[in-house]
Amino acid sequence: MPSADGTLYEVLRDCLRRDEPVALATVVASAEAAPLGAKLLVRHGGEVLGTLGTTELDAVVGREAGGALVSGQSGLRHYGPHGENLRDEVSVFVEAFIPPPRMVILGAVDFSAALSAVANVLGYRVVVCDARAVFATKARFPAADEVVVEWPDRYLNRLGSTLGPRDAVCILTHDAKFDVPAVVAALGTEVGYIGAMGSRRTKDRREAKLREAGVDDAGLARVRAPIGLDLGARTPEETAISICAEIIACQTGTDTVSSLSRGTGPIHHSAPPL
Amino acid sequence: MKDVLDDIERWRAHGRRVAVATVVDVRGSSPRGLGATMAVSEEGEVAGSVSGGCVEGAVVTVALEVLEGGAPRLCEFGYSDDEAFSVGLTCGGTLTLFVQPLDW
Repeated sequence: MPSADGTLYEVLRDCLRRDEPVALATVVASAEAAPLGAKLLVRHGGEVLGTLGTTELDAVVGREAGGALVSGQSGLRHYGPHGENLRDEVSVFVEAFIPPPRMVILGAVDFSAALSAVANVLGYRVVVCDARAVFATKARFPAADEVVVEWPDRYLNRLGSTLGPRDAVCILTHDAKFDVPAVVAALGTEVGYIGAMGSRRTKDRREAKLREAGVDDAGLARVRAPIGLDLGARTPEETAISICAEIIACQTGTDTVSSLSRGTGPIHHSAPPL
Repeated sequence: MKDVLDDIERWRAHGRRVAVATVVDVRGSSPRGLGATMAVSEEGEVAGSVSGGCVEGAVVTVALEVLEGGAPRLCEFGYSDDEAFSVGLTCGGTLTLFVQPLDW
């Protein structure tokens, strides 16, 4: 069904390209009036395009698709022909397209270039931030979506509440002068993963300074340091894999990571939407 | 869907019709989640994937049938151990796909 912005597919395409949240509901099985393949598109901000066949079904599915836009959860739902609950004449797949998670990498070092490349492959929107304009250049970080010249703590404070559980902050400066305010700023957000690079000794010194800055045990427990899984990584690229592997493990709730060959459970864990 | 947009756009720019297959339900172990999408052009070109490579061949066949005038279709692929080369997921899960022409 065409709108001023084109067909439903074209509206969906343009939303996806702009990383604008959008939900698409499609009738995938129907014994009733709702035609197979009928669609309803719900945009961020509430605009609804298309129809599933009946206004009642549109109203019910439109509301649930709006909820999916917020939660990011896609799923198959079943209704009566007019949107009745506890019936299953009509099956609708509601797919939530939400913007990619973000990774904020603090410190414009070689490890940051490798990490931005691996995070990019994983679908993150990557920002590298460093206060030193001579190092924080787009040319040095071709895989980053954005390179910001700013004090890391100020940048994090600016992002503030926009960082959420799907996002990650990786502090690779390993210099207490930058690290400590950056960790404090990261702890002030709802970001899902905070990792800080450095040796165990660096970590101990940093923790002491963080405590002086008022960070409590719960705050310190949120910071993964030394950053990454124990893969024996050495190069920037291997370290980037180790960091990203740790982020995946944190997000899937796989707290104890071991080799697949030593485990017995299923090899595919249920993952949150990226 | 986003990962196959560039291919879809290229095919459409050449005037080719396109079908999309989307994972709408997953039971048990399966490598790709809900919403994983594979696009197939009427020339048989493929972008994206819906499993670990187990059912993609069969999906191309269904997608081409749908493009040849068939109705949109819900297909289920499950574990099959009776024939070594039959279509199924070796990981033991069941995958439900909705295959439709991109005519909307």
